Amino acid sequence: MQVPSHVEYERAASLQHALSLLTRPDARAVAGGHSLIPMMKLRLAQPELLVDINGLTELSFIALDDGQLRIGALARHADLLDSAVAGRCYPIFHDAERVVADPIVRLWGTIGGSLCQADPSEDLSAAFAAARATAVIRGQDGERTVPVRQFHLGPYETVIGPGELLAEVRVPVLPATGSAYEKVSRRVGDWSIAAAGAVLRLGGAAERPVIVSAGIGLTAVGAEHFVAAEAEEFLRGRAADEESFAAAGAIAARGCHPAADQRGPEDYKRHLVAELTTRALRRAAARVRLDA
Amino acid sequence: MTIRVAVTVNGTEYVREVEPRLLLIHFIRDDLGLTGSHWGCDTSNCGSCVMWLDGRPVKSCTLLAAMADGRAVRTVEGLERNGKLDPVQQGFIECHGLQCGFCTSGMLMTARWLLDHHPDPDEAQIREVISGQVCRCTGYENIVRSVRWAAEHEGASRMAEDGPA
Amino acid sequence: MTGAGGPPTAEPGFGRRHRKEDQRFIRGRGLYVDDVRLPGMLYGAVLRSPYPHARIIAVDTIAAQAHPKVKAVITGETLAGLNLAWMPTLSGDTQAVLATDKVRFQGQEVAFVVAEDRYSARDALELIVVDYEPLPAVADARRALDPGAPLIRDDQPGRTTNHIFDWEAGDARRADEVFRDAEVTVAQDMLYPRVHPAPLETCGAVADFDRVAGKLTIWATTQAPHAHRTLYAMVTGVPEHKIRVISPDIGGGFGNKVPIYPGYVCAIAGSMITGQPVKWMEDRSENLMSTSFARDFHMRGELAASRDGRIRAVRVTVLADHGAFNGTAQPSKFPAGFFSVFTGSYDLEAAYCQVTGVYTNKAPGGVAYSCSFRITEAVYLVERMVDLLALELDLDPAELRLRNLLRPEQFPYTCQTGWVYDSGDYPRTLRLAMDLAGYEGLRKEQQAERERGHLMGIGVSFFTEAVGAGPRKHMDILGFGMADGVELRVHPTGTAVLRISVQTQGQGHETTFAQIVAEELGIPADDVEVVHGDTDQTPFGLGTYGSRSTPVSGAATAIVARKVRERARAVASAMLEVDPADLDWERGRWYVRGDPDQGRTIAEIALAAHSDLELPDGVEGQLDATCVYNPPNLTYPCGAYICVVDVDPGTGKVRVRRFIAVDDCGVRINPMIVEGQVHGGLADGIGMALMELIAFDGDGNCLGGSFMDYLLPTSLECPSWELGETVTPSPHHPIGAKGVGESATVGSPPAVVNAVIDALRPYGVRHADMPLTPAQVWRAIQGRPLRTDLAIGPE
Repeated sequence: MQVPSHVEYERAASLQHALSLLTRPDARAVAGGHSLIPMMKLRLAQPELLVDINGLTELSFIALDDGQLRIGALARHADLLDSAVAGRCYPIFHDAERVVADPIVRLWGTIGGSLCQADPSEDLSAAFAAARATAVIRGQDGERTVPVRQFHLGPYETVIGPGELLAEVRVPVLPATGSAYEKVSRRVGDWSIAAAGAVLRLGGAAERPVIVSAGIGLTAVGAEHFVAAEAEEFLRGRAADEESFAAAGAIAARGCHPAADQRGPEDYKRHLVAELTTRALRRAAARVRLDA
Repeated sequence: MTIRVAVTVNGTEYVREVEPRLLLIHFIRDDLGLTGSHWGCDTSNCGSCVMWLDGRPVKSCTLLAAMADGRAVRTVEGLERNGKLDPVQQGFIECHGLQCGFCTSGMLMTARWLLDHHPDPDEAQIREVISGQVCRCTGYENIVRSVRWAAEHEGASRMAEDGPA
Repeated sequence: MTGAGGPPTAEPGFGRRHRKEDQRFIRGRGLYVDDVRLPGMLYGAVLRSPYPHARIIAVDTIAAQAHPKVKAVITGETLAGLNLAWMPTLSGDTQAVLATDKVRFQGQEVAFVVAEDRYSARDALELIVVDYEPLPAVADARRALDPGAPLIRDDQPGRTTNHIFDWEAGDARRADEVFRDAEVTVAQDMLYPRVHPAPLETCGAVADFDRVAGKLTIWATTQAPHAHRTLYAMVTGVPEHKIRVISPDIGGGFGNKVPIYPGYVCAIAGSMITGQPVKWMEDRSENLMSTSFARDFHMRGELAASRDGRIRAVRVTVLADHGAFNGTAQPSKFPAGFFSVFTGSYDLEAAYCQVTGVYTNKAPGGVAYSCSFRITEAVYLVERMVDLLALELDLDPAELRLRNLLRPEQFPYTCQTGWVYDSGDYPRTLRLAMDLAGYEGLRKEQQAERERGHLMGIGVSFFTEAVGAGPRKHMDILGFGMADGVELRVHPTGTAVLRISVQTQGQGHETTFAQIVAEELGIPADDVEVVHGDTDQTPFGLGTYGSRSTPVSGAATAIVARKVRERARAVASAMLEVDPADLDWERGRWYVRGDPDQGRTIAEIALAAHSDLELPDGVEGQLDATCVYNPPNLTYPCGAYICVVDVDPGTGKVRVRRFIAVDDCGVRINPMIVEGQVHGGLADGIGMALMELIAFDGDGNCLGGSFMDYLLPTSLECPSWELGETVTPSPHHPIGAKGVGESATVGSPPAVVNAVIDALRPYGVRHADMPLTPAQVWRAIQGRPLRTDLAIGPE
């Protein structure tokens, strides 16, 4: 039977309280619990102390603030999916949230929890990486910021240290930008076989737009920092057209390192990277309003 | 090694000493004896254990009882009010929305929540909201119809949910 | 036609009727095994092998025994002392309850902890130290018979290979002759991969051994409580009359809950040792990794035909992977189940199949998941082969079927392997499905889609089922003839209690069996209480699987009700002082012929039967009756299914757009329930065709051990089912009914696969094995489909 091993439990009364509890090296923060508790049931995770941060409602916000979309770590997946402002600035987040787990899990699972779980197949990491988001980390001595592209050190490993907590994610909101996320899974609710997110900023004439900057995030395919850096570089300054998108997809496919598993063989996953990157770029471009 | 939790379940407060690791589903079933909610998969994939916590459906095999301390839980046993079935319960009877009955309590709780927020859902909305809950018997068709039946028969008797939204 | 159906009837007898059992379930008041709580109850947990094949050097339980909440730690050695270490399987093999010598599959039971609560039992498992010596494993059935393959069953004296059986059916020479001079032949290797019934409720038991009374009571997830009782008597030595098996509400079975599992026996041993009740419930991984899987049939099919599309013969060879113990649950004389009905729905000149069963280091089982004893595999084979022939001949697959389907006047029809199909109007059934689908229009649409580069597929399947095992002359399980008993009591006030041997797992027996009595006696179905699932309360019978409840116990119920009706006639004749021969029956009432006002209702007669009324000679008083029904033949439901899919060539993703199912299961007792069962089976077909799979890596590690890996279809993969029906009653069943519970599970997978392969026709794809995951479809397009029974790995 799958039940957790013994653990202590404390409910954080404040952010400071949480941070002080989390200085214990064997402590883990729990919010939605939908990543951590299954790991505990399998006894793959055996923290000695759980710090319940669900009471820190000051971290539940989603707001547009000073040119940035700010998403509190405790915002639930459903909150992000329901957020009109997030959907307007970054439809990629709505695309991604629609395919994260299922509607009930999304009611409880948090944005911060997903990022901190650092599962290579988790969708939001690639979406935030594509958007060049910044993680805001609170520690007892104050806060530090880390680009999401440097947030993950490897599978299930992040830069968060003892006594620290991911507090929010900030995403710059730029004009003439479109974004999209494309995922293929074996079934609704399953992890990605592969997925690609794209954020495109365009310039130039409406009838012949040019790519000002591109962000491409890749899920579950062994992409370094969840991004396709070479493809991003390739796109800069090029025409936002099918030829560019397909070429970028091919570059992204070459640059990742998917591993064969029951979701698919390596060649298929690499093919998907090309296909989904191309599709995400196409849809992102179609969402750009150049007059905005 | 135990902590004290106070959980309001279907309007009644229960205070128990529990191990912090105790899963909410086991608390409800084994400690409180409310066996209408079921356990089916360990991995929060099947939805047999769906109940409400503070007004929102949750897969209770993936939360700790400790996390429900001071909060309100609603289970299938709390759907019937004053001897009157909730429309979703009646809908499942009318449209043959269940066979073995094992997924039913979770489906009912999600359906009730959906109708509280979307009183007139279409088929696609219903299919979407139950997509994290598995039924092995009905092929989902009659579950969808049951929820539609409930939507069409709610009328003025709609009941307020318990717990803050 | 989609089965919304119109308002339920309040009349006695057949028709749409709300289910009686719903009242408790929608209130959360069902009683499943895990809901059973007894005073002093302890909890058990099973320690399982992490190795697929390993010698057990030592099992150290000292630390576990020392756990303050542990009451007992049971090992294979403990059980050997009680002569419980091995138990018989339903196929005449033996299976380890707790391993003593070796473990033979990953997840095999090694030790059992009994503790005061679930969590402590789980904790104590980690305190048991097992010293294993890993051995090379056989994970690939195709290598099981290789010279030098590791010998799995060295517990059997004299055994030198992993071969279990060879079995054949049909006429090899005749088939060879037809193939030799056939104008066209097609052949294809195909795998029906290992899948699992995965009922939402896992298996479990509460065992309560009363040392004073010497009585053993077991609440268990069982589809066959009486068969289990007999087996427990054989295994434990407790006399059978001192064993009571209670099968309470069952959260789905689908064949998963037919066999006896080691965990049940461990719970019994735990209760005997501790003197307290012991509950054991599997977790999901235990259920998927150790209990009865289904299929795992490696098949090679061949069809011989004429150039103008006349199918002449079918030939099949099968390699059947039975896992580490031969634990298939099927009639004993049929080691490959009813696979030999692979001649399908067609009039053939010859047929032959040869099946070889082998041991592998995988979990035991093989016959489960609504398979009708492997008719699922048979239908898949022949329906895929017919599509391959259609491709070869460039004929429309529906048209090819229409040319070859049995004609109504051919029934009863004896097929080339000896099955006697009872009735059907196959062309009408298929044409109705085509009409409902708008088949011609769909083909036109497909053509237009193809011209636009879109992949749309239309898949057709036609199945003949053979259900209701069965005639005791041919069919037994461990020597027990497959006849079922029933008892009907009519109380003085005219209400009735029906006691049946079969066991509902969601099929709605409490409702439909009451309806049969209501139909026959004319009393309201609500006045008939159906008792089931308790061996102390019900007559012997073999239980519910293989769609046998209605064909066997449904027949028994109709007959016992008719016996009651005849007794009522005798009593009525005494009441009315007329000769019984002068009484006529109308629903619920005997009346004097020619004088309809002179009559007595069943309620009036029942009261009189219990009164001081002087009864005619030969009438003992009361109306109660019993019956044991030995079916003269199986019933043969059929159906025509059409599936429409869209495939994204860029990703390989399949979307099922429509599914049309026309079923003919003879007379429908409660059409609402029949349609519900069909819906569920169609979802199974989507699951098996597109996502469900238990694969193994080369070392024998199970890759489908949780619902994160073993994928079940959700509401979003299932379309809104479109149903239709034809009704050709079974000529030998008392009410003309046929079984239907498994029809859709049997018939739907080939429809889905045929649709996907049809969609891929522009790429020249002939076949790809299930499940047709996005990866598999994309690989099929590349001309390199995957082998799905083994792990997907680096090339």
